[in-house]
Amino acid sequence: MLSQILGKLSLDAVPMHEPIIMGTLAVVVLGGLALVGAVTYAGKWGYLWKEWFTSVDHKRIGVMYIILALIMLLRGFADAIMMRMQQAIANNDGAGYLPPHHYDQIFTAHGVIMIFFVAMPLIVGLMNIVVPLQIGARDVAYPFLNSLSFWLAVAGAILVMMSMFVGDFAATGWLAYPPLSGIGYSPTVGVDYYIWSLQISGLGTTLTGINFIVTILRMRTPGMKLMQMPVFTWTALVANILIVAAFPVLTATLALLTADRYLDMHFFTNELGGNAMMYVNLIWVWGHPEVYILILPCFGAFSEIIATYSGKPLFGYKSMVYATCCIGVMSFLVWLHHFFTMGSGANVNAFFGIMTMIISVPTGVKLFNWLFTMYHGRVRFTAPVLWTIGFMITFTIGGMTGVLLAVPAADFVLHNSLFLIAHFHNVIIGGVVFGCLAAIHFWFPKAFGFKLNEFWGKVSFWCWLVGFYLAFMPLYVLGFKGMTRRMNHYANPDWHPYLVVAAIGAAVIGLGIAALLVQFAVSIRQRKQNLDLSGDPWDGRTLEWATSSPPPFYNFAILPKVEELDQHWEDKERRVAYKRPARYEDIHMPRNTGAGVYISVAGLVLCFALVWHIWWLAGLGLIGMVGCFIARTYDRDVDYWVPAAEVARIENERYAALKEAA
Amino acid sequence: MSSATHSSHGHAHAASHGTWKGYTVGFILSLVLTLASFGAVMTGKLPHSAILPTIAVLAVVQLIVQLFYFLHLGTAPGQRANLAIFLFTGLIIAIVVGGSLWVLHNMNENMMHPMPMSMPSTTGD
Amino acid sequence: MSTTITHIGAHGGHHDHAHHDDGSKTTLGFWIYLMSDCLIFSVLFATFSVLSANTAGGPSGRELFELPFVLGETMLLLISSFTFGGAMLSMHAGRKSAVQIWLALTFLFGAGFIGMEVYEFAKLIHEGAGPSRSAFLSAYFGLVGTHGLHVTAGLVWLLTMLHQIHKFGLDNVVQRRLSCLSLFWHFLDLVWICVFTFVYLRGVL
Repeated sequence: MLSQILGKLSLDAVPMHEPIIMGTLAVVVLGGLALVGAVTYAGKWGYLWKEWFTSVDHKRIGVMYIILALIMLLRGFADAIMMRMQQAIANNDGAGYLPPHHYDQIFTAHGVIMIFFVAMPLIVGLMNIVVPLQIGARDVAYPFLNSLSFWLAVAGAILVMMSMFVGDFAATGWLAYPPLSGIGYSPTVGVDYYIWSLQISGLGTTLTGINFIVTILRMRTPGMKLMQMPVFTWTALVANILIVAAFPVLTATLALLTADRYLDMHFFTNELGGNAMMYVNLIWVWGHPEVYILILPCFGAFSEIIATYSGKPLFGYKSMVYATCCIGVMSFLVWLHHFFTMGSGANVNAFFGIMTMIISVPTGVKLFNWLFTMYHGRVRFTAPVLWTIGFMITFTIGGMTGVLLAVPAADFVLHNSLFLIAHFHNVIIGGVVFGCLAAIHFWFPKAFGFKLNEFWGKVSFWCWLVGFYLAFMPLYVLGFKGMTRRMNHYANPDWHPYLVVAAIGAAVIGLGIAALLVQFAVSIRQRKQNLDLSGDPWDGRTLEWATSSPPPFYNFAILPKVEELDQHWEDKERRVAYKRPARYEDIHMPRNTGAGVYISVAGLVLCFALVWHIWWLAGLGLIGMVGCFIARTYDRDVDYWVPAAEVARIENERYAALKEAA
Repeated sequence: MSSATHSSHGHAHAASHGTWKGYTVGFILSLVLTLASFGAVMTGKLPHSAILPTIAVLAVVQLIVQLFYFLHLGTAPGQRANLAIFLFTGLIIAIVVGGSLWVLHNMNENMMHPMPMSMPSTTGD
Repeated sequence: MSTTITHIGAHGGHHDHAHHDDGSKTTLGFWIYLMSDCLIFSVLFATFSVLSANTAGGPSGRELFELPFVLGETMLLLISSFTFGGAMLSMHAGRKSAVQIWLALTFLFGAGFIGMEVYEFAKLIHEGAGPSRSAFLSAYFGLVGTHGLHVTAGLVWLLTMLHQIHKFGLDNVVQRRLSCLSLFWHFLDLVWICVFTFVYLRGVL
């Protein structure tokens, strides 16, 4: 009877005999209570709900994405430290401290969290904050959908976190290949948590892709042609096109896996004609464009950063745009290099191997353009520039090992070895992490009105840089020595010293993360001394630097007129920047709404119920989601006009601050 | 509200809205193409090897007919962006579907046993 | 999702006209969403193609598919596409009750299509040719079933729009949404063309 009401859920689902998990639960619960208590004590719930949770303002939504990502970074990094510790200890076939089934969930969660709940939200958050400002727009095309996308991502993250305390997580690796991920070999709820957290957050991501494509194509300020858009916006456009093209494949493929698990179907099973190889094929059709979705906006950020701090225009703007588009298209032509060894034969492997090598060429073009941008510039070695130089070196090494792996014959030796792990961490950390941290530092004043502390930024950078090399260069060697990935324990004593160095490297990265947190704390405490009064703290080139820091909620009182690239820079050169307009107009703005929150809560209920086979609750969740969405469509009071007088008041404050800054 | 704006419908508007004639032509063409496809298979009048290419072509033609007459996709100014996006999607679909079929075909060929067609279930379910 | 533009006299700035939502931003976004849906279907088609021979000793398309029945389904869906066209033409002519009638007809034909499909699925399951029987049947039910789910969602949307027309009349917001539903509905017929050709007709060859 109870199972009718609660499906598979019971008190047994809480792993009470696992001290590490219970300890973590205690910390999370206590920390959560402390946070809730502090907010209640400060009486800030109204403020949070009205100004942040229900906001449809892209700037607020972007900040929330980044906060989500940084929180999940701590969880993902904890997983990494645990893995490094296990491997440093479990020499001579010792058991270490993590039993295999627990260890397997940790490496799975590490990958899932880092890709889906750290990297993606960081990228989406940055695009949210920056793109509308760069194109002179007042918001994105669909502000409500933007809010919905964010809360769907939160729902996905909550599901992953819940899996640690109620039930278990997938123990299949971050891509959950069948047959291991099928119901036969993974009968527990772990893979279901995986599936539903990705499906719900993936829906949000796809909506974001549509949102930003329409925003960039249709909402540029009058006069801004495509080839006058900032490079970051270009990379965002291509990344969002990739999102819309690739994420449906993930959605469909996970749905087929779900059908196998829930409905006894046979898409990927061993028996009755299923073909597990099709899953591997399809998941990588998504998976390869995904990594380009992550890196392209980072390339864009580096372009903006290096041009700004070199005091020069970006070298080779046109070739940057073409290179970005080439990378975008080609990212769909290389996916098989992730499974050269699955056995499609020499012809297929040769095609994809060659395509993989070719795709490195446009990236090389970009690298030379960045170098030529610095050349003969007056480079200011700020923290973002350090991240950029660190990226250029690190990403290049990672890219080269990628080209090595692109040779099918070499890949046959190195596939799924630690060489592969070293390669992709090399490009992801060197590229995506360094890029996002650089971008956060660069655009932080725009979002919050004060600068981040330079010293702690540099400390963080050096710890990350040194830590990365210590943690991952040994893995290249271990790959050549024959160590495969995901090993819980091993017998070869030759490997041990390298793994110890790697563990030390992970600890140094941990110091880098700690330095990042210290940076935020110190910067917030010292904000009054580091105010960005002009809105243009770095002498920037693009339109976002023409607004105040932070910009007014409507971004631009008068939509800027753009006739050339780097219009703000040109305006400053000609001394026509910050011209005060004769009069202001009423401005049309969307209202805040809680609909995104409600729909996502219903979605969370739906997914949790599906995980535990609580069918009646799932039905309620689905009705809730659809019902809230339909109810929203009946709402006719979704926007309002800001009176010109109010706009004038805000703008006058801005001009007063500019005078003070001068 | 402003449904009254449509008294000023010009030809350009019709390009993205359609006409009775357009929908009717589209419907009749689709009907004919559908009957032709079913007929090609059900009547057995065509040589067997020609049936698949025939119905494939008929399907593509009907897709184009409905894209043009029902979805108003074309080169008219308001529709050009949609057409470009559609063609780009077509390219991605061709790569994903064609690529997957090529890859899986080769994978299956290299499997050590024939793919289960007449192979009975070995797990007793 | 939608922003009603209530015009105030004071609003006359030149720049803002560039961003007046005349509905084209909404339909562009919806069109892009439809393209992403095309990709989902293309994955299902590819999977069906790869698994179509994997009948695991069970029945194949040749044994299962009844083409006259499928032709009937196809006719219902095609007619519903035409009736939706009627609804759109009436909408542009501002004729509210005509829109409602055409939409109601579309709903009836769409519901008829779903009714036939549910009958077909039930029959197959009853005969032991359900989705768990083989990879081929999983792929068949997955692809055709997903199309059916989309049509069902379209039916729910149709009912919602009928109610919104009743409540709000043919205002800008309702017209925008009908345009999106129109794209959606026609798109489903496009997918069906591929289904009846490459699943049913091909399946019996």
